[in-house]
Amino acid sequence: MTYAASLALTLPEMILAGGALVLLMIAAFAGDRSARAVHWLAVALIAAAGLALLGPAGNGGDAFGGLYRADPFAAFAKLLIYVAAAVSLAMAPDFFARDTTGGPQGQLRAEYPVLILLSAVGMGMMVSAVDLLTLYVGLELQNLVAYILASFMRNNTRSAEAGLKYFVLSALASGILLYGISLLYGFTATTGFDGIAAAVATQVEGGGLGAGTLIGLVFLLAGIAFKIAAVPFHMWTPDIYEGSPTPVTGFFASAPKVAAMALFVRVTVEALGPATDAWRQIIIFAALASILLGAFGAIGQGNIKRMLAYSSINNIGFALIGLAAGTEAGVAAVMSYMAIYIAMTLGSFLVVLQMRDADGRPIETIASLSGLSQSRRGLAAAFAIFMFSLAGIPPLLGFWAKFLVFDAAVAAGLWPLAAIGIAASVISAFYYLKIVKTMYFDDPAPAYAPANSVLEGGLIALAATAVSPLGYFAVPALGVVTASAARALF
Amino acid sequence: MNGIPILSIMLLVPMVAALACLYASAGNARRIALGATLLDLALGALMWAQFDVSGAAPQWQFVEFHPIFGRFAWALGIDGIALMLIMLTVFLMPICIAASWQSIQKRVPEYMALFLVVEVLMIGTFSAQDLFLFYIFFEAGLIPMYLIIGIWGGPRRIYASYKFFLYTLLGSVLMLIAMLWMAHEAGTTEIPVLLNHNFPVGAQNWLWLAFFASFAVKVPMWPVHTWLPDAHVEAPTAGSVILAGVMLKLGGYGFIRFSVPMFPQASEALIWVILSLSMIAVVYTSLVALVQADMKKLIAYSSVAHMAIVTIGLFAFNQQGLEGAMIVMLSHGLVSGALFLCVGVIYDRLHTREIDRYGGLAENMPRYALFFMLFTMASIGLPGTSGFVGELLSLMGIYQVSSIATVVCTTGIILGAAYMLYLYRRIVFGALTKPDVKAMPDLSKREIAFLLPIALAVLWMGIYPESFLRPMRADVATLVARVAQAKPIGDAQLAVSTVEPADAGAEGAHQ
Repeated sequence: MTYAASLALTLPEMILAGGALVLLMIAAFAGDRSARAVHWLAVALIAAAGLALLGPAGNGGDAFGGLYRADPFAAFAKLLIYVAAAVSLAMAPDFFARDTTGGPQGQLRAEYPVLILLSAVGMGMMVSAVDLLTLYVGLELQNLVAYILASFMRNNTRSAEAGLKYFVLSALASGILLYGISLLYGFTATTGFDGIAAAVATQVEGGGLGAGTLIGLVFLLAGIAFKIAAVPFHMWTPDIYEGSPTPVTGFFASAPKVAAMALFVRVTVEALGPATDAWRQIIIFAALASILLGAFGAIGQGNIKRMLAYSSINNIGFALIGLAAGTEAGVAAVMSYMAIYIAMTLGSFLVVLQMRDADGRPIETIASLSGLSQSRRGLAAAFAIFMFSLAGIPPLLGFWAKFLVFDAAVAAGLWPLAAIGIAASVISAFYYLKIVKTMYFDDPAPAYAPANSVLEGGLIALAATAVSPLGYFAVPALGVVTASAARALF
Repeated sequence: MNGIPILSIMLLVPMVAALACLYASAGNARRIALGATLLDLALGALMWAQFDVSGAAPQWQFVEFHPIFGRFAWALGIDGIALMLIMLTVFLMPICIAASWQSIQKRVPEYMALFLVVEVLMIGTFSAQDLFLFYIFFEAGLIPMYLIIGIWGGPRRIYASYKFFLYTLLGSVLMLIAMLWMAHEAGTTEIPVLLNHNFPVGAQNWLWLAFFASFAVKVPMWPVHTWLPDAHVEAPTAGSVILAGVMLKLGGYGFIRFSVPMFPQASEALIWVILSLSMIAVVYTSLVALVQADMKKLIAYSSVAHMAIVTIGLFAFNQQGLEGAMIVMLSHGLVSGALFLCVGVIYDRLHTREIDRYGGLAENMPRYALFFMLFTMASIGLPGTSGFVGELLSLMGIYQVSSIATVVCTTGIILGAAYMLYLYRRIVFGALTKPDVKAMPDLSKREIAFLLPIALAVLWMGIYPESFLRPMRADVATLVARVAQAKPIGDAQLAVSTVEPADAGAEGAHQ
């Protein structure tokens, strides 16, 4: 394979990386006055990268001698990542501009879109990685950006704290991950996924997984579990979600989750597929623990962003149930779950962005939502749709996401897991209902500042329509796409 | 009628009206809702008139099938059982709207929209012919009812709405897992096919229990009935009517559509669960009803007792029992709905549900006393009213299975007479001493307009039940034939007589 062909396969990353550098130059010379323009140029670049997926980058095979793979699975994950990144860009400028403590431009700076683009490059590498080193480089690129994004409001102590916390904990997780990688390399003599799969298969046939490989597997999965915030590696999530600026929190809850989940799926299925019995029990434990901890942890929260953090832990648990099945249908279910999940999550965070007092300062308490259905009917209805959908109540689309993962689990014979998981979903329904109750049943609290962004309102309406019963008309198409994505791994 | 998707239209009309209500003023929302529900009633009547009851008729009529959702289909269709329950729904809906005309003054457009959504979901549940479409309609009903109880309910509405939602959700989720298993096992999600699929006997018990968890909560059966009194008491009047009139029937419909025909062996093996819980329910909840000081709570507990008669009839494995259970469901839908409306009428005047605050209404509200008397008698099961027909058939059916259950459940009729007559005496008879009660005006024209149709339907069902039994007879016979393989051996043939016990199929003919 020529170098040019490899570059063609990585075209989306090339566009984003090259574009990010150009935008950085524009930002450096034009200053923060250009921030809004840079935002929209970044959105355009993401759209261009998304279009590039239609070419060989969507399904072209391996690049760079087996370090990187462009297949439908990666393409679908990238599509979700780009959508989430674009929405995170669209909801940012107004939010940062409103915080006028940083000068006349507020906190609006041109670095934000550049960082998001670089993060998208890292995430694209994560989902396309078929080698442990590509995996690690992609993950670290995404992580480094994430630390900066978390502390983007640099004169806000909570934001700075979130960045530092994220850095320390994430560095620990990366260490664990790297240790797992080194062990796997040591005991399988390769870093390529296909090679690892062959070596693991030989070990399994020869009487079971070697202790070194098993420990490597556990460390590797622990490191990735940190990135998707699965219990017991979830403890960073609530603090960092709360401290980070809201658009950044929305970004953290969507794009990197998809990337890390896709990475998780690819590593377990492609590299460790022959050892499914070894990792399935880990996934089952992580799934049930995440569902339960996410459910119970969210109940007592008074801060909407913390609550949504626990909700994301809870949702990751449900997605992992599909992975525990370890089948093609299970992988397709996970990808469908993530697609529906980002619509619900981004919608919720867009609503959180609307929570501002009369002076435009953000409010984050759940109590301030009281009586929202009387002051802002549309906003309350949209939020109620997101909440019922996250709870998985039909006829909203969140039900379909859960349906698919449970279906895959039952088909794989894991019906006790499915029964426990779905029973635990009733606990999580409680706190989603609490939000609806606050908005619909309680007496009105002081009204929020009036809506001033047609774009944000439009995005909320779009997300609400997508997860409303109308979304079921997209179900067959989603099924076809995720099935072809899953087939690429088997 | 062929080619016109009448069931889809019946779903579409209230859905469109619900959206229109959201953008209308309070007055217009009321008119839109009433118009849409009356239109659905007319469509329902048309459907009943077109329903083919001849011997050669197919079991499933008005069938629609569009596989547009990939994994499941937009599959609708009804048999006689579903037809009757849909008729009950479309009949009660305009009455609910009329009953809320004046008593609901805040956030009227949303209220009307939610009621119309409830109507869509109820009709959808009864007409769904796809396992997962059924589940979606069945579960989705929680959202509007949660909001109706929580926004327009009484002082403890928040507690009641949470309890209603979480209780019924927990009951239902296990059913979903069972459905997924069934879809994989049978390779189809079409209910008509599944009805004749023989599931492995070993798995049936588990599947049956999963469905039981859902339907027992919905019916509700003792001891999982505790959400019902709270939900009924706190819900606005029309909400109680829909809860008691239609929502409880979802549980009974679930038993008759899923549990009995799909898992006949498990139904036979676990019949003791149904019989013992029903026996306890009849006696216990009747006694609890006797000592209630709150009118709505009393009627709520009486609902649990009546639904227990339904469940024993459903598991009688014979024509009388199943037909009786269906008639009790229809009758209870009308009568308990009417009783809640009667409570609502006086609640609107005095704003209390406490029984002791009333008394002597026969003097200043004679028309009210008449209607209330009729519905009280129907609730007791007086011959000539709808209650009698259903209860008698149900008990006749179960007598062939268990004489003990029959004896215990029959006491329910006596206890029912006790608490209903006691309620009636305390509210309507006695001296008219309290000044505020004295000032209460008799029924208005609007109130008569929504009570009279129910009264006529109750009498119709009591005097000529054949109208309601005829559409269901063939379907019930199909069901009885399907479960004959697992029919339990009854204990009621222990008589020394040498005469062969009557054959259930033959007895079905002379009703």
